[in-house]
Amino acid sequence: MSDGLRESEGPESPAKPVPFRGGGFLPKPRRIVAPIVFIALIAFWEFGCRVGFISPLILPAPSEAFDAFMNLVRTGLLWDHLAASLQRLLIGWSAGTLLGIFVGTLIGLFSLARSGLQPLVSAIFPVPKIALLPLFVIWFGIGEGSKVATILFGTFFPTVIATYGGIDNVDRNLIRMGQSFGLSKLSIIRKIILPGALPAILSGARISAAIAIILLVAAEMIAAEYGVGAYILLAGSLMATDQLIAGVALLSLMGLVFAWLIGQAEKYFLKWR
Amino acid sequence: MDLNLRHISHHYDEVEVLRDINLDIRRGQIVCLIGPSGCGKSTLLRLIGGLERPTGGEVLQSGEVPEGCLNPLTYIFQDFALLPWRTVEANVSLVLEDHDLSAAAREAIIADVLARTKLADFRKAYPRQLSGGMKQRVAIARALSVRPAVLLMDEPLSALDSQTRELLMDDLVDLWEKEQYTAAYVTHNLNEAVRLGHRIVVLSRRPGEIREIVEIDMPLSDRRSDNSELEAIQKRLWNLMREEALAADRELLDV
Repeated sequence: MSDGLRESEGPESPAKPVPFRGGGFLPKPRRIVAPIVFIALIAFWEFGCRVGFISPLILPAPSEAFDAFMNLVRTGLLWDHLAASLQRLLIGWSAGTLLGIFVGTLIGLFSLARSGLQPLVSAIFPVPKIALLPLFVIWFGIGEGSKVATILFGTFFPTVIATYGGIDNVDRNLIRMGQSFGLSKLSIIRKIILPGALPAILSGARISAAIAIILLVAAEMIAAEYGVGAYILLAGSLMATDQLIAGVALLSLMGLVFAWLIGQAEKYFLKWR
Repeated sequence: MDLNLRHISHHYDEVEVLRDINLDIRRGQIVCLIGPSGCGKSTLLRLIGGLERPTGGEVLQSGEVPEGCLNPLTYIFQDFALLPWRTVEANVSLVLEDHDLSAAAREAIIADVLARTKLADFRKAYPRQLSGGMKQRVAIARALSVRPAVLLMDEPLSALDSQTRELLMDDLVDLWEKEQYTAAYVTHNLNEAVRLGHRIVVLSRRPGEIREIVEIDMPLSDRRSDNSELEAIQKRLWNLMREEALAADRELLDV
């Protein structure tokens, strides 16, 4: 063995391991933690109500909220409320999203649309659509029209912005490649630009789904007989906090289902990533 | 098909990129364009293929286009330019779909070019699953599928590590031995230029002008990397470029 290989065995310096300084900054999902937190919180809440340090006037016990929910199921009112809400959501959200993708694509592709529509979109996007609700009632009637229109407008703008943002970020080299092989304009849009913008469009859909649920409740608070929002409003004005909690839980559930569906769509459409 | 560049000059706004380029790209020859970075060699390639319009001068094509040619001037890009959401076969299929071909004819072309580039086993793979060398093979297969008259290669091996580069260079040589394709090959790597080029065009720094055209008569298959004659040529090219490269290196980029 050469001297070089034994260099470290000098007599006066005791060997110690190099301190580890890497790792961290990479949170990983731990599947069982979330249910534990959830169950613990509800158990604590129920316990507090039973023992009495949470007054039933301030917050009803989870079991009472659950009873209220079961009552909804028994009377069959749940389906009336859900059907009304889901219908508004689906029509409003899908129309808003489709129109948003269409207009976003125009802004992403054509100079004229970009210069004409982009400032308009930027100006209207930050306006809370709830503020426009009275106007929508005048324009589209007090019935379904104004409710769907609120959701439609609310989801339209974020989708437009997500779509043209996605198109702007499509690799220019891919477009140049398409041109260099003599692909038609339509082919380039259909096969290169839109698939390239799809990840951004889908994350836009995630945001607009959440916005749709917020606006659904707001819209249903005006002159709606059925709907989760109407149910919550009624419960609130009767101080029936158990029903209110049940309604809110229902909204949260709807949001989770929506997010899961979009997650599935991402998994399917973006499996190439 | 031959390409003739006549008095090509080009500006980006105020910046003069290319000045009075005259060059012929003859059938069956590989013309290498070398020069210091920023000398406009990639721009020149885009002008040759009609992806950009020169400010002055013109690019002419003369002679017959080979039979069955779908896209006479076909690029191979440095970054491969594969669609990540399409599989290998679908990436090749992309450039055939706009042409009037039956499904069977298209399938036959895809099978043929994938076999020629040794990719037949990777038909269903997505680009993210492939190494850089494999990705560039897919891009070469895609380029071959349209039976180009002239291949326009923009630093096709620059994004690869040196071992892969060596392998792909052999592939390009083999391919040329079989089909004598015509090519314009932009590179900053002098070794690639002397291995592949029948003619090597040395451009000066910006504004790019032709400083010298070096012809190498040696057959491509004889050009081993340790050939002394090639080494001498490479050294000469480097002497030509050295000062230009030094000066170009010291220029501000965003003039």
